[in-house]
Amino acid sequence: MISTNQLADVFVEVADTLVDDFDLVDFLHNLAVHAADVTGTSAVGLMLTDPTGTLRFMAASTADARLLELFQLQHSEGPCLDCYRIGEQVHDTDLGSAADRWPTFAPRALAADVHSVHTFPLRLRDRIIGALNTFGPEPVALDADTIRVVQALADVATIAIIQERALSRADILTEQLQFALNSRIVIEQAKGAISRALGVSVGDAFNVLRDHARRNQLRLTDLAHDVVTNTDTMSSLKPR
Amino acid sequence: MSAPVDPQDPHRFYADVRATIDAVPVDGQPRTVTTTLERICHAATRRLELMGSAVNLISAGGPDGVVASSSPRARELAELEFTVGEGPGIQAFRSRRPVLVADLTRSDGRWPGYTSAAQSADLAAVFAFPLHIGAVGFGVLELYADAPGALDRDQTATAVTYAQIGTETLLDGEATTADGQLVPSLATALDYRSEIAQAQGMVMIDLGISVSEALVRLRTHAFTHEEPLISVARKVIDGYVLPGHDDA
Repeated sequence: MISTNQLADVFVEVADTLVDDFDLVDFLHNLAVHAADVTGTSAVGLMLTDPTGTLRFMAASTADARLLELFQLQHSEGPCLDCYRIGEQVHDTDLGSAADRWPTFAPRALAADVHSVHTFPLRLRDRIIGALNTFGPEPVALDADTIRVVQALADVATIAIIQERALSRADILTEQLQFALNSRIVIEQAKGAISRALGVSVGDAFNVLRDHARRNQLRLTDLAHDVVTNTDTMSSLKPR
Repeated sequence: MSAPVDPQDPHRFYADVRATIDAVPVDGQPRTVTTTLERICHAATRRLELMGSAVNLISAGGPDGVVASSSPRARELAELEFTVGEGPGIQAFRSRRPVLVADLTRSDGRWPGYTSAAQSADLAAVFAFPLHIGAVGFGVLELYADAPGALDRDQTATAVTYAQIGTETLLDGEATTADGQLVPSLATALDYRSEIAQAQGMVMIDLGISVSEALVRLRTHAFTHEEPLISVARKVIDGYVLPGHDDA
């Protein structure tokens, strides 16, 4: 059960970062981390659709490769894809019996110690633009209050993606989604480069990138772009 | 009216778009990147029922020029943007996102010089899609229309797919087989797994090359070793260093 104080803290912090000049990837990453905190689940991930209708991994609360793979493989099968298709929450608290439903996803989830999933649509009017996914270590359902809170966080993610401007121009959604999805690739490229240049793990490389962005008030995506296109930027980064 | 985007079969959608490019005759022209990009422009114009399309190459220093177009008029429209030094294509490249202008009379004063010149040339709408993968950017694919109107969802998906294929063409160099078919890609634009992008960054540092060259090296390595790109990427993440040019 989530306390009112905890809930208020999460929304205040989420709203604080939703300022004019915010970085969407950074924002969605934070939102995933908060969602994992309030639900007490192993991991929370966000998937967005590209214009062809393919679900693509966008952000996660974890750097655990097995869990990341569970998000990534859902472009072809899994609770996120089901949630996206039907436009409603998908809950499964017994993945041990879900092999018929998800022949690839379910066994891999169990191998990664994931026993329950809850998936929430990112809904924009009549359109689903992605899904938020929680992975739990026990075959246990989230309580009703928590489910409402997580859906609210999913709604905040949608608002962040479209921003206010979307209300005036439908094309903004395409522009924003494509930008977000490409930003994700930029950041992964930078993580790989930093990991090799500084001799740190890929997960730590993300922390290096984020710390540097915050200290210097840069947008995460802009910094990542600089890191892979400008050698001077790389040499200004330091391990934690 | 086109069918809605089918989220269940993106591979089929992608293959359908590729087939429209393969269907454009080669007419004995040399099989170069430029020829393939020209065919993409022709296919996109026809499939989306628009007036024309063009590919502009742009680098950090600025526009490098129009490399392909569906018609002389489309080429002129593409060049116009570089003459006036502003416009949706340049903005799409710089902001790394599509710039979709369904009605140039309502472009919100974003590019006054471009807008008035384009309207004098009877352009009503323009849609610019960056040719990029992460931080690797080559330029933009622009689509032109005689009448105002937004692209619908299926058209947007189709246009984005043409831009993806254009990006792959620019990455892979000689991109067609002897009979003019597009070479089936090692890593189609549908494979966006994080490991592949991470490995690009790693190869860039390992070999001291640009991120765009790193992407080409990874794809070439996968191709010559008949190995899926994702497995090469995972090996790189686990510490494997691709051979450099000298010891390849």
